[in-house]
Amino acid sequence: MEQEKIWAGDLQAAAAKAYDNGRNSLVAMFANDERQIDGHFAIYCIFSLAQTPYFKILKAQLHESEPLEFPSVVPVTSAAAWYEREIHDLFGLKPIGHPDLRPLVLHENWPHDHHPLCKDFDIHTPVPTVSEEYKMEYVHGEGVFEVPVGPIHAGIIEPGHFRFSQAGENTIHLDAKLFFTHRGIEKAVEGLTIDKAFYQAERICGACTASHALSYSQAVESIAGAVISNRARYLRVIVAELERLHNHVGDIGNLCAGLGFAVGVSNGARLKEELMRLNELVTGNRFLRGLIVPGGAALDITTEIAHEISRMLRAIETDFIEVLDLLRENDAFLDRVNTTGILPRQAALDLSVVGVAARASGISKDMRRDVPYAAYQNMNFKVPVYTSGDVAARLWVRADETIQSIRILRQALAGLPSGTLRVEIPAIKPYSSGFGWSESPRGGNVHWLMIGEGNTIYRYFVRSASYANWPAVAVADPGNIIPDFPLINKSFELCYACIDR
Amino acid sequence: MSLLSKIINTGVVTEKLDATSAPHRFRGAMRAGKQDCGACMACSETCPTGAIVIQNGRVQVNDKDCIFCGRCIERCEAQLIKNTGQYKLATLSGSLTETAGNELRKKIRRVLNRSMHIRHVDAGSCNACDFEMAALNNPIYDLQQYGIDFVPSPRHADLLMVTGVVTRNLTQALQMTYEATPTPKLVMAVGACAAGGRTFGDSYAIRGSVDKLVPVDIYVPGCPPRPQALLYGLLLALDRL
Repeated sequence: MEQEKIWAGDLQAAAAKAYDNGRNSLVAMFANDERQIDGHFAIYCIFSLAQTPYFKILKAQLHESEPLEFPSVVPVTSAAAWYEREIHDLFGLKPIGHPDLRPLVLHENWPHDHHPLCKDFDIHTPVPTVSEEYKMEYVHGEGVFEVPVGPIHAGIIEPGHFRFSQAGENTIHLDAKLFFTHRGIEKAVEGLTIDKAFYQAERICGACTASHALSYSQAVESIAGAVISNRARYLRVIVAELERLHNHVGDIGNLCAGLGFAVGVSNGARLKEELMRLNELVTGNRFLRGLIVPGGAALDITTEIAHEISRMLRAIETDFIEVLDLLRENDAFLDRVNTTGILPRQAALDLSVVGVAARASGISKDMRRDVPYAAYQNMNFKVPVYTSGDVAARLWVRADETIQSIRILRQALAGLPSGTLRVEIPAIKPYSSGFGWSESPRGGNVHWLMIGEGNTIYRYFVRSASYANWPAVAVADPGNIIPDFPLINKSFELCYACIDR
Repeated sequence: MSLLSKIINTGVVTEKLDATSAPHRFRGAMRAGKQDCGACMACSETCPTGAIVIQNGRVQVNDKDCIFCGRCIERCEAQLIKNTGQYKLATLSGSLTETAGNELRKKIRRVLNRSMHIRHVDAGSCNACDFEMAALNNPIYDLQQYGIDFVPSPRHADLLMVTGVVTRNLTQALQMTYEATPTPKLVMAVGACAAGGRTFGDSYAIRGSVDKLVPVDIYVPGCPPRPQALLYGLLLALDRL
C-alpha cells in the first residue's frame, strides 16, 4: 500500500490535509523504532477516505539526532489523543501541544525514562516499580462529589477504573484509567516467527478471537503476496459470522442485566450457550480458536458440520426473534434504553468511532462492505444504521445484524466452493510492512505488521474496535444518572483485553 | 403474556454435571505414548508456550502451560503425540494436598462443602476464561445447583478464581483482593495464563503465573477451560465428585 513520506515536523499539517475537515477519519496512529534500518523513528497515521482508495497512510520520520518530539495531531482530530499518549509512553516521542499527556498504557508503577517498544529496550531488563500518584480528572465545585469504581468490579467483568464526578444522581464527568490488562503483546511477539506469534494474536481477546486471527492472517498474506483458496475465504466468513452471532446474542442478553430484566438475561445466556457449543463443534474451541490461520484455514467444514450449523441457525433464529419481541413489547425495558447514553453523530465522527457504536449514531460504516475481505464481496447483506445514538439504537443495530449474520452464514454454507485449505507463506523480504483488517462484532480491527529477518515479527501494532470506541463512552455517559452507567457501558460492550493488549 | 408463554415454552434447560460430552473436534490435553520418540525436538521447538519438554527420550506435556493448539501433533515426526479430548485436568495444590495435613484439608471442606462463594479476579486475561466463568451462571450450568455462587466482594468470598497472566498493572489489585478475602480462603488459577503464565511469553508488562504472587490451591488448565472443566475443578476442590 502506498505511503506518503513526510518529516515528523510536518505531521500536523499533513494530517489536517488527510483528515479534510472530518470528511475522512483516523483509523490508527502508531510509532515504530526504525533506527536500526535507517536511523529514524517513524510515526504512521492511517486514514480512511470517503472515496477510493479507502486508505491513506502517512509515514512521518524523525531522525534519531533530532529532538524526540512531533507536533500533536490532537488539534486536528481528537481521535489522535490516545494514540499519541501511547506513543509517548512506549517510545518516548513527545507530541507537542497534546492537552493531556498523563501515562496511558504504562501506569504509575512504571518509571518515565523506560520506553519498552524501543528496540534498545531489552525485555529481560528488570524495571523498578515506582509508585507515583495517578491523577484522575474530576470536576471541582460545591456539592460535586467523586465516585471511584474498579479496577476489580462486582460482576465477572474485565478490569478498569472509573471516576465519576457527580452532581446528585447525575454524572457530569467521567474519567477512566484503563490498560490494566496490558500484556505488552506487541513487544512479546517481536522476534518470533510469523506462525508462532499467531497464537498470541489469536489470544489478544477471547470474544474477538476470530477477528484478530483474521486481521493478523490477512496482514501476513498481504505482505507476503500469498493468495488463499476460495474455500478458505468462505470458511473464514463462516467463522467470523459465528463469532458475531454469539457475541451479539450474548451482548443483547447481557444488556438486560444492566437493567435487571432477568428473563432477557436468562434467554440471552441460554442462546449464547447453544452457540458456544456450536462453535466448539465446528472448531474444537468455544471461542473459535484454531480454524483461521495464516495461509488459509486449518480445519475444514464437512457436509455434516455444515448441516449442523444450518439446523442450529433455524432453531436460533426463531428463538431469538421471540426474545427480541419480549424486549420490543416491554415498556419498562424501553423506558430505560430509549434516550439513554446518547452518542451524538458529530462526536462519533470526531472520535472516528467504528462498528456498532458508529452505526447506531447514524454513520454507515462496515469494513465487510466498504473494504471487503475474505469472501464478503460475494455476500449479500444489509448494514443496519440507526440515528438516535442511544442504548436502544446500539441494541437494535445488534439485533438487526444478528439476522444479517444468519443470512450471510446461509449464503456462505450454500456457496462453499471446493479448494485447498491452506497455502504456505513464502519467505518475505525483510522490513516489508502492511496491514490487515476485519469487522469484529464491535467494529473494525486493524493489525499492522513489519516483518524482520527470516519471517519474524519486527513490529506489530493492533488497533481494536474497542480502542477506537472507548473515548466515546466518556462522551455518551455524562448527563445520565449513575445507575445507567452499567447499561450504557454494556450497550457499547467494549473488550478491555482488546484495548489493553 | 408473551413473557409468561416464553418462560413456559422454554421449560427447564438446566443440565446435571457431565450431561453432555465434548465434541469430536475438541482437542483437550496432549499426550505422547510411553515409547522413546527419537527426540527430534520438533514438538518442544514448535510449542508456542514452551509446554513440552523431552526427558529421557519421552515427551512430557505440561498441561498448565498448554493452550491445546495442536501444533505439536502436526510436527511430531514419530507421530506419537495425540490429543485426548480430556478436559478434566484440574489439579490440587497448597492447602488441599496430602502434605498440607488432613486436619486442615478436612476443615476447609467441612466449612465450604455445601456453600462456597467465589470472587472473580481478572489479573490480565483475554476475557475468554471470564466469559466461561460467567457461563457457569447461565441457566444450563446453573452453578447455584451445587450450592456455589459468585459474590460481588472479596470480603464475602471463600474462593478467588483468578484469570490471566498477572500483569504489572494488576499486581496491586490482585494482592489487595487476596488480602481482603477472609481466611480460610482458596485460590484457583483459571486457564493456561493464570496456571502456567507462558501464553504471552516474556514481556515487560507481565509478572507471570498467579502462584508467583499468591498461593494457589487449584489449577485448572485450558485455553480457556470449558465450563465443565471449571465445574470439575470446583467440585474436586470440595471432594464432591
